Order: sequence, then structure tokens, then C-alpha cells
Amino acid sequence: MFDLKGYGPELLDGAVVTVELAFLSLALSLFLGLLGASSKLSGNRIAYGIATFYTTVIRGVPDLVMMLLFYYGGQVMVNSLSDFLYDHYQIDFFFQFDPFISGVVTIGLIFGAYMAETFRGAFLAVDTGQIEAARAYGFTRWHTFRRIMVPQMLRHALPGLGNNWQVLLKSTALVSIIGLTDMVRVAEEAAKAERMPFHFFMPVASVYLLLTAGSELFIKWLNKRANVGVAQGAQNA
Amino acid sequence: MPDFIAQWLNQNDIFTAMTMMEYWNGLVNTIQLVFLSLIIGLMCAVPLAILRTMKNPFISGPVWVYTYLFRGTPLLIQLYIIYYGIAQIPGIQDTFWWEIFREPFYPALLAFALNTCAYTTEIIRGAIVSTPAGEIEAAKAYGMNWWMRMRRLILPSAARRAVQAYSNEVIFMLHSSAIASVVTIVDLTGAARNIYSRFYAPFDAFIFVALIYLTLTFILVFAFRKLENHLLKHQRPVGS
Repeated sequence: MFDLKGYGPELLDGAVVTVELAFLSLALSLFLGLLGASSKLSGNRIAYGIATFYTTVIRGVPDLVMMLLFYYGGQVMVNSLSDFLYDHYQIDFFFQFDPFISGVVTIGLIFGAYMAETFRGAFLAVDTGQIEAARAYGFTRWHTFRRIMVPQMLRHALPGLGNNWQVLLKSTALVSIIGLTDMVRVAEEAAKAERMPFHFFMPVASVYLLLTAGSELFIKWLNKRANVGVAQGAQNA
Repeated sequence: MPDFIAQWLNQNDIFTAMTMMEYWNGLVNTIQLVFLSLIIGLMCAVPLAILRTMKNPFISGPVWVYTYLFRGTPLLIQLYIIYYGIAQIPGIQDTFWWEIFREPFYPALLAFALNTCAYTTEIIRGAIVSTPAGEIEAAKAYGMNWWMRMRRLILPSAARRAVQAYSNEVIFMLHSSAIASVVTIVDLTGAARNIYSRFYAPFDAFIFVALIYLTLTFILVFAFRKLENHLLKHQRPVGS
């Protein structure tokens, strides 16, 4: 039953690639999400406009289309940039846009938009009195942001963050379409070669299931920790 | 076709009348696929959601397993399993099912419908569970039986509460349908991929299709906002 016809090690390597991809994109999306949310709330019109444009456009376009655009278009852009640099400044610069990088950039960008909306809601849930108090103590804007806003908004952001992470995790499967040898790609090739689709896709599906189920438990635990000392209305009702 | 559009198309290398027809056919395929899978998914999801709220674990358990499996794995894998898997079922190639499932459209439709059904079931379940207990007690006090409570009270009020989450699911499905291009269906994304590979023009091909998806998304958001306003008319503040 678990005879993987010699594809076992490759599948395992693919699973590692999937996990790496997911975590790197998560890091990028968290960064972009914080940036997007704070520009939306900054009161600066230009920053607000850019952030709103970013979140609206990204959330209206399929992830696969974005990925194809970045993968095929990214290389064209890098090529013309390297031509330009060589022609004008004699700088020899080249950079191969591989599927892994395009995957991280695309998934990070897409989920950055979702994270921005989550963080925005969470920032708005922080009591304004807290921010006023920080100002009264002479905290700078950056200090207020780091020491007061971020720790208090995390509790509100966690449920949305958890949902986004679950969707992100499943989106990593798409990167196999642009040629990354993650576990989906390995399974597809093996399934085609051996004509055994169930045999190879079921283990991959189980790994995804394991990852999502594990994250669910972890997020539940985080949520419980983050809400220590906060009265939970629904539980007492 | 107005003259100026024809003129513009004639001056353009990529967006000729022919590629426009390709995009149009892709649009038709995408809309068919998404619309049919949403209808099938919704029709299966309502009874499943009711079963999912039953107290008997032998009834609600299997439904939970189904939704958990389909929500916990990527749609792409489900599509691959169904698309490649159906041909491997022993004996299927001799039955009439093979005539249907030989086309890539139907395995994709099956995968999408099963996937959206799982998500929709959970959305409707959430809405059913959050029916105020007082309303159900009142219905019982009036002597309504289970069927009448479901039909007159629980399902209509659940529909109102579910519509917002469901609109997200519809948009999500539209975006997920892009992966149909992987199993050789020429949907919008498939058309864009063909045009990209013919002209080697990634920006033209993919940005154009992204704009079409963006327009479709905006239309859906607008339509659902109208629907929501209509369904929640009774909650609007007086005088607005």
C-alpha cells in the first residue's frame, strides 16, 4: 500500500519545498499586511490610496493569473532591466526568475492584501484610550505602534490570521503549475508515469490535511493564550 | 462592431478580433463552469447542512468528514484526483459515463461542485446554528412541526445570515476556477495562456485577463450588496 515505487524521497523533498514556500510567503504577507494596514490608517491620503488600490486589485484577480503574470512577466522585466543596465552602465547583472521566487512573491503579495484587511480591523479594535495614554507618556509614533498597538491588536487579528494561513497553505499547491518541483508536481509526474493517480495523490492530500489540521490546533492554542484574562462572553452565556 | 473598435483591433498585433473571440469563448467556459458548480454545490449544501446540525453523530459525522476532507486539501489536488482518477476506475471505459467524463469539463465540474458544496455546507451550518433559540421556542409554542420550522423560520433566517459569507465563497470559486486551465479546459486563464505562448507577451495576455476577472468580481460584489440590502431591509434604520 505504501510502496511509492521509488518516488518516496522525491515526495518528501517536495513536501519540504511546500512547507518552506508556505512559511516564506507567510513572512512576506505579514510584512506587507502590516505595511498595508498602517498606510490605510495613517491618515496620509497618498498612502491610503496606494494601499486601497493594492488590496482591491489583488483581491479581485485569481491567484493563478497573478502567478503566471509574475513568473512569465517577471523574467521579461528582469531581462529588459539587465539589458538596460548593460547598455548604459556596463553593469553585468542577471537574475533568473525561478518558480520558487515567483511563488513566494505572488503568494506573499496576494495574502498581504488579505492580511492588510485583517490587521486594519484589528488595529481599529484597539481602545483609543490606550493610544492617547501612550501619547501622553511621550511615546513616539513608532513606539506607540510597536509597544501598544501591535501587542493589543494581535489578539483581535489571530482568528483572521489563522484563516488566511489555512488558505495560503492550500494556495501553495498552485506553484506546481509554473513548474516548481513541490510534492504536487512530483505526485503528478509519478501518477502519470505509473498510471496510478490515487496512489500518489492520496499521500499528498494527507500531508496537506495533516498540515491544515495541525495549524488548526496550533491556532486554537495561540488564541487561547492570547485571550488569557479577557472575559469571554459567549462561554459564560 | 463600431468602426473605431474595429480600427483599433486592426492596428493591434495581439488584440485582434481572433484573440478577442478566444477570450470570449474562455469567458463563456469560465462562467458556465462557475455557475453550474455553484448551483449544484448550493443544492447539495442545504440538505447536507441540515444533516450536519443533527444531534445523531452517525448522521452528522459523515457530513463533517466530507467537509473536513474537502476543506483541508487544495482544490488542485481534488481536481487531479478526479480528472486522472476517473479514467482509472475499472470498467468505466465501457459504460456511458465514459462518454461524459472523457471531456475535461465534467471532471472539473464535479471537482468544483464537490469543493464549493463542502464550503457552502459549513457556511449554512453556521447560519442555522446561530438561529436565536427564542424564535425556535416561539415556533414550537405555536405548534409548528420540524418541517414547518425549517421551511418557514430556520432556513429563511439562515439564508439572510449566510448571504455575506456566501458571496465570499462565490468570488473565491470564480478565482479558483482559473485552475481549470491546467486540465486542458480553455477557460479565461486558458485563453490567456494560449495567447501568451503564441505572442510571448505576458503583460498583454495576463493583465487583460486579470482586468476581466476584476470586472467580474466587481459585478458579483455589487450584485450581492444589492441582494443583501434587499434581504436585510427590515434591519435598516428608520428614515434611511
